[in-house]
Amino acid sequence: MAVEEISKEKLLWMYETMVKIRVHEERVAELFAQGKIGGFVHLYVGEEAVATGVMANLKKEDFITSTHRGHGHYIAKGGDIKASMAELFGKREGACKGKGGSMHIADLDVGELGANGIVGGGIPHAVGAGWGIKLNGLDNVAVAFFGDGASNQQNFHEGINMAAILKLPVIFVCENNLYQISLSYSKQQRIKSVAERAKAYGIPGASVDGQDVLAVYEVAKEAVERARRGEGPSLIEARTYRFRGHFEGDPQVYRTKEEIQWWKENKDPIKLFEKVLLEKNILTEKEVSSILEKAKNEVEAAVKFAEEGKLPDKKSLLEDVFSTPTKGVLVWQW
Amino acid sequence: MAVVRRISFAKAIAEALDYEMAKDKRVVVIGEDVGKYGGIYGATAGLYEKYGEDRVVDTPIAESGFIGTAIGAAATGLLRPVAELMFIDFFGVTMDQIYNQAAKMRYMFGGKAKVSMVIRTPCGAGFSAAAQHSQSLHAIFTHVPGLKVVMPSTPYDVKGLLISSIEDDDPVIFIEHKGLYALEGEVPEEPYSIPLGEADVKREGRDVTIVATAAMVHKSLDVANKLEKDGISVEVVDPRSLVPLDEDLIVESIKKTGRLVVVDEGYPRASFATDIAAIAASKCFKDLKAPVKLVTPPATPIPFSPALESEWIPSAEKIEKAVREIL
Repeated sequence: MAVEEISKEKLLWMYETMVKIRVHEERVAELFAQGKIGGFVHLYVGEEAVATGVMANLKKEDFITSTHRGHGHYIAKGGDIKASMAELFGKREGACKGKGGSMHIADLDVGELGANGIVGGGIPHAVGAGWGIKLNGLDNVAVAFFGDGASNQQNFHEGINMAAILKLPVIFVCENNLYQISLSYSKQQRIKSVAERAKAYGIPGASVDGQDVLAVYEVAKEAVERARRGEGPSLIEARTYRFRGHFEGDPQVYRTKEEIQWWKENKDPIKLFEKVLLEKNILTEKEVSSILEKAKNEVEAAVKFAEEGKLPDKKSLLEDVFSTPTKGVLVWQW
Repeated sequence: MAVVRRISFAKAIAEALDYEMAKDKRVVVIGEDVGKYGGIYGATAGLYEKYGEDRVVDTPIAESGFIGTAIGAAATGLLRPVAELMFIDFFGVTMDQIYNQAAKMRYMFGGKAKVSMVIRTPCGAGFSAAAQHSQSLHAIFTHVPGLKVVMPSTPYDVKGLLISSIEDDDPVIFIEHKGLYALEGEVPEEPYSIPLGEADVKREGRDVTIVATAAMVHKSLDVANKLEKDGISVEVVDPRSLVPLDEDLIVESIKKTGRLVVVDEGYPRASFATDIAAIAASKCFKDLKAPVKLVTPPATPIPFSPALESEWIPSAEKIEKAVREIL
């Protein structure tokens, strides 16, 4: 899609969002290396254009389901990074009061139905959100994000098939980053593109360069508009690449340094988009620096908020298991 | 004036669903053959005709897909789904959605999510349905924090408990023993609810407490009636919901009688029966006059041949023997 067809406001939002995700993720990597953040952390560096290009088509009332590599989705959907950073630090001010961590960050107020520690686990939840939207006569949509590995999971098949049968407003976005942890895409499935599977469900499918935010935006726009019109679901494969390991600490024996370097030099989604915006005089070099500065300040403010946060009260261990109180014993302690 | 009729357990379920669907348009039914077919045990009969295919959804044989769909819909707050899992034995193909997703969402998200949904599912042996269609797997769901587990034994209880379960804001596994669907009993025509977490004394007694679930409640009552003729007074307690559990009432009954027999159709190890025995051991130790007896099936898969299956299912004779042994 030509930049001229998109408002300057939206283009700037896309650029700022991608930069914010990158700065956030690189800072999280540092904090993890310093031992300030624990657990399993999967970073979105290199894949920023996918979440951003899709989310540029969504409203606050639209729903998304995310994955273990979920920080980018959370940020692009409008999640509060102070709350998510405090969550990574395990603090009571965290988005999930310190009970979820990186793999379970959710912000239901902005329609983010949660990251998920189970590969493919969130796909049917987006279908359910689409079902709720349809039965309530709303014009919202639901987007399921998942990886290439998840496209071999039962929930991919069962979820997409269900959405197709019920003609639900759901967009299935496969972030094909070419590796299912260590197993390369070509060893996972015979087909060239996950999008080919759309045919099996009788829905439209498209494969797009996931490093080109405008291309992602365009393909997602068509799918989102189709869903809003009540014409049913679509499957999008965004070809992307993670610049870091599967998780922080991954020795990455399954790919070469040269391969990683090639992607960083030739297919960095931020650099590619920046070049277009500078060439078209939508951005100046000075604005590029100030946007980076702004993102750094915002992320540092989030880190400060998280560091100054309080550890959860031990009493909270037993809270939030159930919503409806009852007479009998619910949360057992002998 | 309240109208009380005798209707079947299955009809009582359909009445509860009908009442909730009429009251709240967010209540929807989803599952295999729940539409025109009315559910393979007839528990959703009439709903498709009344509420249409949008609210009574027949699904492909894709349990993870449709239960996951129900969970997602519930998490948005837009719907309050009642999913039917055709046999509890099929939990294996959808368990991730139940125990990793529905059960944990609220806690993982720091109390922000409400997963208001019910999974209705038949359990139980006695029909020569063999090893994959006869199990009583309630303990598996009881084991996982975040799920409420309900297991009614009478037409009256099933109606009131299903209404409470649908109106509850947590995921509820609602287990219906296949041997009870045709059972008739008195059920008021108007809606009523029975709170989750309230056990029921089905029969008062002085000498022995039997804690029994689902179909085993009726078998235990038969034994109690028989033993009464021999001057043995048996109290039968039906927990009705396993999570939450009315520990107070169970403990009170054990303290009164000083003797406990647990009768349950679940497998014996790490089971509902051992759970109740553990409560007795830790909370009623000084009140117990005899060892706790557990009457359960053996730790084997469920056999097909009626000759073997009837040996597998806890029998009235085994219940009676257990009671007599601790007197």
